[in-house]
Amino acid sequence: MSTKSRREFLKLAGLAGASLVAAPAVALAGHPAAASNDEELGMLYDATKCVGCKACMSACKRVNGDYGALSYEQAKFDPDKLWDAPKDLSGSTRTLIKLVKESPKEWSYVKYSCMHCQKPSCVSVCPVAAMTKDKQTGIVDYNKNTCIGCRYCQVACAFNIPKFQWEKAIPQIVKCDLCKNTNLKQKGISACAEVCPTGAIMFGKRKELLAEAKKRLSDQPKRYINHIYGEHELGGTNHLYLAGMQFKKLGLPELKSEAPAEFSEKIQHTIYKGFIAPVALYSTLCFIAVRNMKKSSGQDHDHTDHDGGKQ
Amino acid sequence: MSHDDYQIHRAKIMTPAFWVLLVLTVIGFSLIAVRFIWGIGAVSNLSDGYPWGIWITYDVATGTAIACGGYAVAILVYIRNKMHYHPLIRSAVLTSLFGYGLAGFSVMVDVGRPWNAYNFFVPSQWQANSAMFEVALCVMAYTTVLFIEFLPAVLTRLQQTNWSRARVFLDKYHGKFGLDTPVILEKLEKLRLLAIKIQPKLDKVLIFIIVLGITLPTMHQSSLGSLLLIASTKLHPLWHTGFLPLLFLINCMFIGYSIAILESIISSYGFRRPFETEQLSGLASITPYLTAIWLCVVIGDLIWRGQIGNALKLDFYSGFFLLEFCLVASGSLLLFSKKRRQSPRWLFITAALIVLGGALYRFNVYLIGFNPGQGWRYFPSLAEVMITVGIVSFEILGYQVLVKLFPVLPRLHGHEVSAKV
Repeated sequence: MSTKSRREFLKLAGLAGASLVAAPAVALAGHPAAASNDEELGMLYDATKCVGCKACMSACKRVNGDYGALSYEQAKFDPDKLWDAPKDLSGSTRTLIKLVKESPKEWSYVKYSCMHCQKPSCVSVCPVAAMTKDKQTGIVDYNKNTCIGCRYCQVACAFNIPKFQWEKAIPQIVKCDLCKNTNLKQKGISACAEVCPTGAIMFGKRKELLAEAKKRLSDQPKRYINHIYGEHELGGTNHLYLAGMQFKKLGLPELKSEAPAEFSEKIQHTIYKGFIAPVALYSTLCFIAVRNMKKSSGQDHDHTDHDGGKQ
Repeated sequence: MSHDDYQIHRAKIMTPAFWVLLVLTVIGFSLIAVRFIWGIGAVSNLSDGYPWGIWITYDVATGTAIACGGYAVAILVYIRNKMHYHPLIRSAVLTSLFGYGLAGFSVMVDVGRPWNAYNFFVPSQWQANSAMFEVALCVMAYTTVLFIEFLPAVLTRLQQTNWSRARVFLDKYHGKFGLDTPVILEKLEKLRLLAIKIQPKLDKVLIFIIVLGITLPTMHQSSLGSLLLIASTKLHPLWHTGFLPLLFLINCMFIGYSIAILESIISSYGFRRPFETEQLSGLASITPYLTAIWLCVVIGDLIWRGQIGNALKLDFYSGFFLLEFCLVASGSLLLFSKKRRQSPRWLFITAALIVLGGALYRFNVYLIGFNPGQGWRYFPSLAEVMITVGIVSFEILGYQVLVKLFPVLPRLHGHEVSAKV
């Protein structure tokens, strides 16, 4: 009986294991790059045109009503929080201009904000669908009224964009939403792109942005690194970059063209396809357990009798 | 299946250990209060680069694996039909219940907006792509299942009680605080009769709940591995693999059996009971096979992805990888000797090695091998650690008290009492 039950157990373990073993193979087997949707809205940031005036940053805060700088960022002469100098994106800063200086001759500004991925990891991992991607505009938006604050989006984002309000008792995630409910709604353009005095931030549909970026690259090849950052990175992003300095130095990591969410979702979907595997596992286990119980209850009587005599 | 396999451990509840644990618990829970008043940043070193720290890594990812004793022993008893392990199951279920219940509690401390957690029950918010969604639902369901699995112990106790402690209490305070002894005793008696009524009904359906208690951990323990699949740019390639779900599943099984051994030996020692050497050596004969499979998958996967070089580089990451690997491997190799499996000391050492190695694997995946990019550092703050310590102390405290109130520990039979200690 023991060997038989062991054999059955192994069979079952094999069954359960099979889907877990097969999943990675399926996920790696082939990943045809999903066609990107170039009708979505986005921005093209041209680092070579940026003068670092930070008008975009202050417009972003003004329009989106983010509260002022954190205390450690405040100047002593500024009790009214008028002077804002954040060091990084944070729970109060959705966009940021930084100066990257390698040498007196080699330097560049860079703007950070949400990349609005074509296949966003944060949307894929959010357990309660607080992160969503608009089907039409492609805007990756956040809803604090459903968010549970688990910060899985922060773990998932390869660009470290979603920020959490660590200093607050009632915190939320903060990230760029292309002024979806503010400037975009009222004026049809994001606040940062609207106020940029040098045209370093271009707002529009992804296809227009790509065409413009390609044009600039071919018109002035010496001015730029010959690469549109975001065209293919992680399956493509709607926020695109042109720069005259290596993107890696600007804090934009070198990334593969496959979206991480494609990989993880394939594995998760293979295991849980139609919920068949868990149901099959449960019913098989029930069958074995009930049969075992019936068998042993027959023996149990002898056993207790025997024991009873002894006690 | 009989409920006679267990007995109440008759001993004093307020021991010195009780007070130490109580103090640690109070410190931990006070810090939790601080966290809720002044925010997570006030007590922890968590940052936007390391949004998950020791609370998720230890309390949830590792704590639930350590709480897999109930799962592992249940597979053995009900699926592999080894009924002679049945006496071990109740204490295993109790520790699992504490482990999972407190993991759920830690999550509520860790998440920023816990009041929105009801969204897990709103179908329109369900997000089947998210491994976290799967983990959350399964852990909630499993905690409920564990509670039901533990109910027989409570019901048995209720049936046999004559409410002596309650009577003493009521005699002392009769008339004060609006307490009326006869009325309360009548209500308690009703509760007792209810317990007598429920027990046989529960016994009939219990097996289906128990099997659910085997299915759910299989699902969410693998999903705990899936959680980090998305972090392909942040998790070191030594650990980022499509086999994460499989590795986490096998990992929780061998941790489960080993922790059942550890718990039994520690409580035998602590409560001055004879060791359950015979059953434990049986458990210990299973773990090496599981760890062998796990180690094979780890090595095979590294070869397949061409990462063996990285594993032997002897840098920071390779060091932690090798440590994890050697702990599990050495614990398992020692267990292949039958002689060692008969010795409580060796059982303890090997189980500890395997649990440490298995837990380090989870730390490696969630924290040590996780690098969000330049400029980010994480090491838990004292307050953060004390919250975890407080929660763990509460767990041990609860276990110590409950085994003295309810029939949880295996019944001592005449011939076992004389076993060598």
